[in-house]
Amino acid sequence: MSATTVPPAQTVHDARIPLRGHLRHTGALVRRNLLWIRQDPESMFDAVLFPIVFTLLFVYVFGGSIGQALGGGQEAYVQYIVPGLMAMMGMNMAQGVGTGFNQDFNSGVMDRFRSLPIGRGSVLFAKIAVELVRMLIATTILMVVGVLVGFDITNWPGLLAAVGLSAVFGSALMWIFLTLGVTMKNAQSVQAMGFLVLMPLQFGSSIFAPPQSMPDWLESFTEYNPLSSLADAARGLMVGGPVAHDLWMTLGWTVAITAVMAPVAIHKFRTKD
Amino acid sequence: MTVRGLVKHYGETKALAGVDLDVREGTVMGVLGPNGAGKTTLVRILSTLLAPTAGQATVAGYDVVRQPRQLRRVIGLTGQYASVDEKLPGWENLYLIGRLLDLSRKEARARADELLERFSLTDAARRPAGTYSGGMRRRLDLAASMIGRPAVLFLDEPTTGLDPRTRNEVWDEVKRLVGEGVTVLLTTQYMEEAEQLASELTVMDRGKVIARGGIEELKARVGGRTLRIRPADPLRLRPLAAALDELGITGLAPVTVDAERAALLVPVLSDEQLTAVVGAVTAQDVTLASISTELPSLDEVFLSLTGHRAGEPLDTEPAGSAEHREEVAA
Repeated sequence: MSATTVPPAQTVHDARIPLRGHLRHTGALVRRNLLWIRQDPESMFDAVLFPIVFTLLFVYVFGGSIGQALGGGQEAYVQYIVPGLMAMMGMNMAQGVGTGFNQDFNSGVMDRFRSLPIGRGSVLFAKIAVELVRMLIATTILMVVGVLVGFDITNWPGLLAAVGLSAVFGSALMWIFLTLGVTMKNAQSVQAMGFLVLMPLQFGSSIFAPPQSMPDWLESFTEYNPLSSLADAARGLMVGGPVAHDLWMTLGWTVAITAVMAPVAIHKFRTKD
Repeated sequence: MTVRGLVKHYGETKALAGVDLDVREGTVMGVLGPNGAGKTTLVRILSTLLAPTAGQATVAGYDVVRQPRQLRRVIGLTGQYASVDEKLPGWENLYLIGRLLDLSRKEARARADELLERFSLTDAARRPAGTYSGGMRRRLDLAASMIGRPAVLFLDEPTTGLDPRTRNEVWDEVKRLVGEGVTVLLTTQYMEEAEQLASELTVMDRGKVIARGGIEELKARVGGRTLRIRPADPLRLRPLAAALDELGITGLAPVTVDAERAALLVPVLSDEQLTAVVGAVTAQDVTLASISTELPSLDEVFLSLTGHRAGEPLDTEPAGSAEHREEVAA
C-alpha cells in the first residue's frame, strides 16, 4: 500500500470504547438498516398497510356490535380501538425485528460484525432504532386513518405521550424478539414462535374489546396482561379517563423486561457459536 | 500467533482436541485438512467468535479470551461464505466497516474508494453486493477484511466453491496482501492452494494436528507428484501400464489406470523417476495425446501421513456447519 494513504484507525489498542464510539458504530449500523429499506421498499409494506387494514377491519367489522356494548355505536368503538391498535402496533413491529435479525445471522455478515472492535450492543441498538422509526411511521398512518374514520384528537400532548409510551414498551419487547432471533434456527420458527406468544397476549387483553364481558379467568388474565395496561394507558392519555395506574404498570413492565432481556440478548449475540 | 493446547468441545464431540500452532509474523500458514478436521473451529476461536473450552492462544500479542477487543482491531476475517451485506452496494459495505473501525467519514470514504479500485470493483461500487458474481463477492469480502489494515488475516477456505479462473483471481489478491507483510492463516482442503499461497503447512485431522512443516518438506514426505499420461490411442493404455509397472518405479501408490479419461496415473518421488518414466514411455513408441504432472491430492497426502483416507464423514464439526460440509464435499 502506498505511504500516502490514511493512517491506521487507531494505533493505541485500547479495550474501552468511548461513548462517542458507541454512537458512531450505532449510527453506521442504523444507516445500513435504512439503506436496506431504500434497497427493498417492500419491507415497509407491513408498517404502511398494517394500520390501514386493521383500523378498517376492526372499525367496520366489530365496530357496530362492540360499540353498542360500550354504550354508543361505531363512533364509540373508534375512540376505543385506535389507542388499542397503537399498543398493538409496537408489538407487531417488535416481532418483525426478531425475524429480520435471524436472517442477518444466517448470512455471515454477523460474523464480520462480531469480529470487529465494536460495542456488544451496537448491532442490536441499531436494529431497535430503525424499528422505532418504522413504528413511528406506522403510528402516523394509524392516526391519519383513525381521524378519517372518525377518531377525535382532543388531547395532543396526551397523544404524543401515548406514542412515546408505546415506543418505549415496544423497544422493551424487541429485546425479547432479538433474543428469539439469535437463538432460534430460522426466520420461520421465529415468526411462528412470535405468533404463538403474541396472539393470546393481544386478544386476551383490553386492546380490542372491554374485558368486562369476558369470563372471570380471562378477565383476571387481561388485568395482569401488560398489553392491557399499555392499551388502557394509551386510551386514558388520548381520550381521557384514569391513567396513572396503567401508566405505572406499563413503565414497570418496560423496565423489568428491558432489565432482564437486554443483557440476555446481548450475551446471546456475543456468544452465539 | 501462538496456540497452545487449544480444545473445543461441543457437547460430546471434540471439534479441537488439543491444537498447538505457531505462525511467524509476515508468513502464510496453511492449515490443510478435510471437512470436520476442526479448521473452521480453529479460525473462529482465533478471531474471537468462539470461546475455547481449554487452552491458550495469542494473536498479534493479544490473548484471544482476555483481550478480544484489542485483538479485533488488528485482525481481518474472510469466511467460507462471503460475509458481505448482500443488500448493500459494494461501496456501502466498505464504508460501513470503515466507520465501525472508527475511521472518520472522510477516511472511511477514501478507504472504500481505494479498496474498490484496488480489487477492481470500482465499476460495481453502486450495485448491491447480491448482484455480484462469486469472484467479485470474494474480492469484496477480502477488501472488507483489509479496511483496518489488519496485521493478521484469517482466510477460511477462501476459494471453496469457486471456479478455477476465479480461484486464481483470489489467489493473486492473497499473494499481493502477503507481499505487503500481512500474516495470514489460511485453511484449505486443496494441496494446490496450500502450495500456491502458504510457506508453511499444518495438517489437521479430527481436531488434531497430524503433521507440520515447510511445504517442500511435507511434499517430500508425501511423495511429490503424479504424472498423468494420456496415449493418443486408448488401446495402448493397458500395455503401457504393464510396461511401467515392470520398470519398478513405485512412488506413493502403484500405477493406476483412469479408464474413464483414458489416462495413466504414475506417482513419482523424484525428478530422476520422472525422467525414467518418460524414457520408458518413449521406448514403448506410444504417441501421446497429453502428459502433465499433478500435485498429490488431499487424499494422497492423508494416506501417506496417517495411513487412513481423508474425508471420511466424521462428526467433529459443529452442527451449524453441516451445510458447509455438504457443499464442499460436492
